[in-house]
Amino acid sequence: MVAEAQNLKVSVWRGTGETGEFETFDVPSRESQTVLDVVSWIQQQADPTLTYRFACRVGMCGSCAMMVNGIPRWTCRTHVKKVSENNTLRIEPLRNMPVIKDLVADMDPFFDKWVSAEALHHPTSTRNDAITPVDATTPERQAADAGIECINCGICYAACDTVAGNPDYLGPAALQRAWTLLNDAKDGGRIAILDAVSGSGGCHNCHSMGSCTRYCPNELDPMSAIAGLKRETFRHALRRKRDA
Amino acid sequence: MMRPARSHPLWLAFVLHRISGLALALFLPLHFWVLAKALTAPAQLDAFLRLTDNPAVKLAEFGLVFLLAVHFFGGLRLLALELLPWPARHKTLAAAAVALAFFVSGTFFLEAI
Ligand code: FES
Repeated sequence: MVAEAQNLKVSVWRGTGETGEFETFDVPSRESQTVLDVVSWIQQQADPTLTYRFACRVGMCGSCAMMVNGIPRWTCRTHVKKVSENNTLRIEPLRNMPVIKDLVADMDPFFDKWVSAEALHHPTSTRNDAITPVDATTPERQAADAGIECINCGICYAACDTVAGNPDYLGPAALQRAWTLLNDAKDGGRIAILDAVSGSGGCHNCHSMGSCTRYCPNELDPMSAIAGLKRETFRHALRRKRDA
Repeated sequence: MMRPARSHPLWLAFVLHRISGLALALFLPLHFWVLAKALTAPAQLDAFLRLTDNPAVKLAEFGLVFLLAVHFFGGLRLLALELLPWPARHKTLAAAAVALAFFVSGTFFLEAI
């Protein structure tokens, strides 16, 4: 097969911390080329100091997400052909996160929020207890299953305008994980989760703009998970009133 | 042209809801002020009401009813989305909210002219 003759014009964000600018590279266009291939080509052939992150190259690890022409994408599974506009690409680090260098965003705040949302396992038994089977047919388990394929890539977080407007907002990824745990028969953190996600940075900040669901590369639906949390926290608050 | 990350139906539904909400919030004080004239200055109110025969004002009223309807149905859409565990047909709901708003305000407009 003949490679397309035309080169790609690729502007890449370069800089450390808050300062930086775009640098443009001419990259040969290839058949079935991914955006990550383009970034790797630049690092290997044009400028070895370019900093970026990837690991698996097959959409498993979630480390390669960047802004591509303004839209957050997993670059290892994004074909240049589908996203380039007039043979140009603009590649930037993920939005809504501090930049470390070039295309590498600092994901610490993102993961800190998973912890603040109690989006971590709360064990209900020890290794000495017998294993209780999980019933895959209950509606709760199905709600949990719908959201567990998250690869922590940060794309939903970068796409969310509510995160952009409120730095304390926990964001779609952490809230979706909290929702899967809330529906997990083996998680014992129900009250802790409900309290964590109903605080000032919690699920009620969400305006259901749906950019998280629109851009999730694994086609998950964080917006609906957050709606689930809104319902549960609401129900929980009513119950608390009644029991008081 | 670089497309913004936001050009998708649910984000537009959010913007429409926000803008119609703001516009209505601006309109309401004006509305009450005019209604208050019924008590304080009936003649002024009558003069104002005669304005509504003007086609331009009719068009503005159409816009107003559209804003009201779109905010109302958009609000119902959000309530359904957040309070009912429905399967995801969100785009359809958003489109239905706008369609209903057009229907209601269009009917109003046809009645008015
Ligand atoms: S490199 Fe692992 S998801 Fe892209």
